[in-house]
Amino acid sequence: MAAKPKLAVFKFASCDGCQLSLLDAEDELLAVADAVEIAYFLEARTRTLEGPYDVGLVEGSITTAHDAERIRRIRDQCQFLVTIGACATSGGIQSLRNWADVNEFISQVYAHPEYIKTLATSTPVADHVIVDFELRGCPINKHQLVELVAALLQGRKPRVPRYSVCIDCKRKHVVCVAVAQGVACLGPVTQAGCGVICPAYHRECFGCFGPKEQPNLASLLGHYANRGADAVQLVRLTRNFNGYAPEFREASDDLETAAALGNTPDAPS
Amino acid sequence: MSATNLPVGSFVRIAKPELQTLIDQLRAMGYRTIGPRLSQGAVIYDDVDSVEQLPRGWVDQQDGGFYRLQPQEDGAYFDYVVGPHSLKNFLFPPRETLLQLSREQDQWRLHAPAPPDPPLAVLGARACDLRALWVQDLVFVEVEFVDPAYQARRSNLFVAAVNCRRAAATCFCHSMKTGPAVVSGFDLALTEQDDHFVIETGSERGGEAVAACPWTPCTISEIEAARRAPRELERAMHQRAPRERQDLHKGPPLRSLDVTDLRELLLNNLEHPRWESVAQRCLACANCTMVCPTCFCSTVDEVTDLTGDQVRRERSWASCFTAEHSYMNSGTVRKSVRSRYRQWLTHKLATWIDQFGVSGCVGCGRCITWCPVGIDLTEEIAALRGTMP
Ligand code: SF4
Ligand code: SF4
Ligand code: SF4
Repeated sequence: MAAKPKLAVFKFASCDGCQLSLLDAEDELLAVADAVEIAYFLEARTRTLEGPYDVGLVEGSITTAHDAERIRRIRDQCQFLVTIGACATSGGIQSLRNWADVNEFISQVYAHPEYIKTLATSTPVADHVIVDFELRGCPINKHQLVELVAALLQGRKPRVPRYSVCIDCKRKHVVCVAVAQGVACLGPVTQAGCGVICPAYHRECFGCFGPKEQPNLASLLGHYANRGADAVQLVRLTRNFNGYAPEFREASDDLETAAALGNTPDAPS
Repeated sequence: MSATNLPVGSFVRIAKPELQTLIDQLRAMGYRTIGPRLSQGAVIYDDVDSVEQLPRGWVDQQDGGFYRLQPQEDGAYFDYVVGPHSLKNFLFPPRETLLQLSREQDQWRLHAPAPPDPPLAVLGARACDLRALWVQDLVFVEVEFVDPAYQARRSNLFVAAVNCRRAAATCFCHSMKTGPAVVSGFDLALTEQDDHFVIETGSERGGEAVAACPWTPCTISEIEAARRAPRELERAMHQRAPRERQDLHKGPPLRSLDVTDLRELLLNNLEHPRWESVAQRCLACANCTMVCPTCFCSTVDEVTDLTGDQVRRERSWASCFTAEHSYMNSGTVRKSVRSRYRQWLTHKLATWIDQFGVSGCVGCGRCITWCPVGIDLTEEIAALRGTMP
């Protein structure tokens, strides 16, 4: 590669945790700084370079009209646009507003609601512009981030599997909490990548990495309901960091509809 | 007690606490000793150096998608059955570095893989585990292209097996004719009795290990009692089959699998509507393949650092339930979960026979227990046969 590729990191509605994952990659950070020109990364350095950029990493969801306009400009400036984290890839925890009245939140939270200009929804970046790659997680996993950068530099596909968290539980010899403790775990419908942090601590998976390939929420949630989990608990579990991801969203909406009708969702038989 | 080795085929009796002497002796012989331990609410295989670490007095209740441990009064060491781990976890580990490469001044240097692990001695393996070991041998060793790492671990493996005298509701070794009696492929075979173990020696090193324990020769009736224990269990398993749907309060249904013309049943029913019904329930999560002691699929990745100068060739467990498993240049071949479940079951129970001459299923029931939604292959086969209760 001739000139170093220019990397830019942009932030929208988010907690900064994913950008921190890059700064947190201590062992690899110097190598990253060596390999790419960090052209725009406000959290790390004050110097900024003008676009266009070879790679843009986008953190955060789109929650204001200004965001919606800015992401289009960013898209135009980046040859390769990668969204990082649950906010950017699915709307994040703040997309809970999509099921509620945002003005009510504003009036509860802010002393001067009249200063707040916001959209009624929090939506993923891909709802607004074309995204070339999504790196999942709340927050993202630093090893996956380094792998992504390495793959971009070497011109190959990143090794970021789309299969279930369960595969990594078994590879790490973690005993299944769903089977051995009877708790409702989202691992079988969630994409691997976190390193099974929660099951390793005997806790259920909360779906931080969003839906895996071809997730079957109807079967899993129906099964948990048959084993005694209540619908409210299952809606809360599903409507979480990635609650607005289409497959999770449909599942929690279906649960609510079923609960309103007084039905227990049945596992298909 | 004798200082010389016990010949192969001896039956001796040791007091229960002498299991410690056996473990100590195996360690003295240079083995890393692995055995059953309580961990995360299950009995798993892990390092064991003291009998105190064994899950004494615990038994497992198992059903589709269900596993719970319960204390049991009599304080038996080995009345739990099989847990989520099998010998596969050690002989064919979930992740393994096959090769390391580094680039120095445009020259690639090859680094040999790490030296073989210390030899393993496993305590507590069951008849189905031994059979599964043999099924994996047919894949990794008894073939044209031998897997050297597996072979190195396998050839040094010491197995102290245990005859089952209790089965879980998910066990169906009696149908697959793989258990519950331990008949071959062991160094030692233990049968637990109320106050002692009867130990049969199956190899010279087995004789060497047990000779270090304070043993007494078995009486004929002790040998008979030891032989009877797994046979009685086997008879009970057959009597309780074919499966009857029991009232839930009386415990989960007991499994069995009718293996008559099983290969033909599967291969003649590739378009049966049952495949669609199981696909509605299946999560394609791959737990069944991960816990199956015979599943052998793996993926090999070249893992690089940022510069691309350091490369590790890594092999990890893979599964036919993922999209990438059948990915070729035209895309994923088995796109539907229906086709993936069908691939798994037809390979396990039918085309495995074409490929290796034996069934890929040993009837351990792990795939039933550890499926998060309790999909049960014995039930799927009964449905294909049209004999669902
Ligand atoms: S603990 Fe959760 S993620 Fe892990 S194997 Fe069980 S269901 Fe899957
Ligand atoms: S298919 Fe299921 S029952 Fe058969 S050997 Fe594998 S895990 Fe055990
Ligand atoms: S059969 Fe069960 S364990 Fe296997 S992939 Fe389907 S849901 Fe997962």
